[in-house]
Amino acid sequence: MSDTSRSPRVDMRRSPLGRARGLGAAHSGSATWWAHTLSSIALVPLTLWFICGMVRMVGASRDDVVAWLSRPLPLVLMLVLLLMTFHHMKLGLETVVEDYIHQPVARLTMLLSIKAVTLLLGLACIVSVLRIGL
Amino acid sequence: MRDVRDALYVARNTDGKLVRRPMSPHLQIWRWPIAMAVSITHRVTGVGLGIGTLLLTWWLVAAATSDAAFDFIQWFLGTPIGIFVLFCWTLSLLLHLCSGIRHLAWDAGFGFEPQAYRLTSWIVYAVGIAATVLIWIVGLVIW
Repeated sequence: MSDTSRSPRVDMRRSPLGRARGLGAAHSGSATWWAHTLSSIALVPLTLWFICGMVRMVGASRDDVVAWLSRPLPLVLMLVLLLMTFHHMKLGLETVVEDYIHQPVARLTMLLSIKAVTLLLGLACIVSVLRIGL
Repeated sequence: MRDVRDALYVARNTDGKLVRRPMSPHLQIWRWPIAMAVSITHRVTGVGLGIGTLLLTWWLVAAATSDAAFDFIQWFLGTPIGIFVLFCWTLSLLLHLCSGIRHLAWDAGFGFEPQAYRLTSWIVYAVGIAATVLIWIVGLVIW
């Protein structure tokens, strides 16, 4: 008896396997949070570059935009910005829906819509930029 | 009583009658501390920027399509409604960016003390608004 009182004891209703996995009720780990954080780190400099680019495009003609995005560096930066933006946006909007929408049908509908809309908008942007720049 | 959360609200009062327990005050009851305001702003601007990507998509698709399509969106962005939308978009972007940088600092373990928390909340608003105004001054000068 004195032996067991001295040894450390875990007083929780979880299986050892469950504790080792450490995933909890959400059934997934920190992958989503990590992806969100990484994309936000990338987006800090990219957004600053994007703002500078957009300010220069105030009142621009279509030829100005084509000339800008035809240069390799702006083209690549714009593509990375779009990839990161739509990835970050998908994760963010999904988090908001998961937090506030509890009704199962509405929740699933909105989560699937977010995936579809972000994919479609993102691809539309990327194809457009490639058409302008290439 | 189908929802388990609803069931948890049911209790007996001192007379032994079944009653629905009161909820804690909801959002509109609390005083608005600055930290709460910034947190809500971060979410609202995030969703707003999501809607704003429609504008970015329109702009890029128009630029890839034809001169007429691009002239139309450039004209729209010059109308009062267009300028208003663009201004809200810039403000949302800058506030979300500043608040996001603070999130990254938290993730690195900095700025959790109540004083730092309040101070950085004000900084987020100040820098976000000042940068928006600065960008618009530069933009209007170019225009």
